[in-house]
Amino acid sequence: MMRAFVTAVYGFLYLPIALVVLFSFNAGRHASEFTGFSFQWYGRALSNTFLMEALTNSLIVATTSAGLASLCGTAAAIGLGRAGPRTRAVFDALFGAAIVVPGVVIGIATLVALVQLFGIVNPALAALWPGDTPPRLALGYGSIIAAHGLFSTALVTMIVRARLGALGRDMVEASSDLYAGPFTTFRCIVLPQILPAILAGFLLAFTFSFDDFIVAFFVAGSQTTLPIYVFASIRRGVTPEINAIGALVLAASIVLVIAAQLLLRRRTPASS
Amino acid sequence: MSSAARKRLVTALLLAPAAVWLFLFLVLPFAAIVVFSLGERAPAGGYAPALTLAQYANLPARATAFWNTLVLAPAGALACLLIAYPVAYYLALKVLPQRRLLLVALIVIPFWTSLLIRTYAWMYILGARGIPAFLELVGLPEMRFINTPGAVLLGIVYGYLPLMILPIYISLERLDRRLLEASADLGATPFSTFFSVTLRLSLPGMMTGFSLVLILLLGEYLIPTLLGGGKVFFIGNALVDLFLQSRNWPFGSAIAVALVAITVVLLLAANRLTARLSGARQVDLL
Repeated sequence: MMRAFVTAVYGFLYLPIALVVLFSFNAGRHASEFTGFSFQWYGRALSNTFLMEALTNSLIVATTSAGLASLCGTAAAIGLGRAGPRTRAVFDALFGAAIVVPGVVIGIATLVALVQLFGIVNPALAALWPGDTPPRLALGYGSIIAAHGLFSTALVTMIVRARLGALGRDMVEASSDLYAGPFTTFRCIVLPQILPAILAGFLLAFTFSFDDFIVAFFVAGSQTTLPIYVFASIRRGVTPEINAIGALVLAASIVLVIAAQLLLRRRTPASS
Repeated sequence: MSSAARKRLVTALLLAPAAVWLFLFLVLPFAAIVVFSLGERAPAGGYAPALTLAQYANLPARATAFWNTLVLAPAGALACLLIAYPVAYYLALKVLPQRRLLLVALIVIPFWTSLLIRTYAWMYILGARGIPAFLELVGLPEMRFINTPGAVLLGIVYGYLPLMILPIYISLERLDRRLLEASADLGATPFSTFFSVTLRLSLPGMMTGFSLVLILLLGEYLIPTLLGGGKVFFIGNALVDLFLQSRNWPFGSAIAVALVAITVVLLLAANRLTARLSGARQVDLL
């Protein structure tokens, strides 16, 4: 009986996804009738310039924010391993807040703070700029990357710290006994062992940023990311074109998550 | 420079980028909305400086959003818990180890795939041309599913079930099997072993899952918007309305601060309760 229940739950989790994929190949327009197999909605999606622009924006934002977060997060994870208990407590609280504060609040707060900041900086820039067209700071790529990077840095820090904690001390000690400097020890011993965790963190951060709607919705300014585009088209009315986009997004996320899981599972002999 | 001072400097340099990020995009923005929440709405929208609690006194104006969120979020989290427990139990204690990895991965994958697309799938299924059209086809009376609280609840369970299953699974998987054998050896029925050993020891996982799902649900926007169709309003909807449409930033800020306060109180209460129930420290979130 339990088996049947569990099977039903897996069906519940995957059926809607399967339907989106199935109907993305539907020749007809409606969910109630499957009128034949067709790639037309994929063709339409791929030739939609607004959609492709939104996709490009999403890829730029996700790559940059996940990349920056991997650097900052890894550095922070290593730094916290060396820091005193009080520093660690402060960072723990802030990273915890970055993870549990609802995305909608992060979006609003970043919007409010940046608009205020730009209100001070832009007139100053205009007054001080020697040329005719002073640069103007505005919401856009930068603000989405910054807001996504906050959650992502917390995420990478958490993952890399877990990995560092599981790392054997003996190899590090052996390395320094053999007169390797701290940097050499880090490069040859620590880095290879935490690299899978860093990559996994990068992939999960990328997935988060690529899928995030609510934070970007507030801080995107005039930019459009893929989820913002999809949300806007859903509000205009459900079309099979969205199914095609959805199927592609799902496929991309699934590949990334599986890659991240495999990286996290892989154990080096020294740490297992 | 002494080696201790150098070590401190390197540590500070390692922490500096994250510290700058946390300060600029977490501490400062949060301080900004606290300041805004004490201000007044400018005539043209936006913010005018003031020092008043009027925005907080006005919170009951959005009582429906708070009410919906504070009813549907715990209800959704509870529904997730009831469905998730048997699944986690099955995965941790009933499945052969070689199949377990795949089955757990199948739970992790939906959690990390686009909530927007997954919620949209239900819009498609529950919408007029989905299940209702199908029911009509087989001769059943016309029924409406979308834009009801039930649809929102369904979307919540669908969206957050994986996040509930994982922590419970972890706590059950770590459970020392010898305790179950000992309990059986001492004459306990499987039923009483479950209630006095298994369930008790998985309480921290249940609490982690429940508080995680509840906290994320408090700030939910997409599910009520897409499946509630503007009829089932959450706090998130009120915030989007106040910031992006009616541009009443001070009032919106007050609601955001209230939302964070509710989140923190619930989180602290959950941690307290877990510590009391299990006599142990809170388990990790991920």
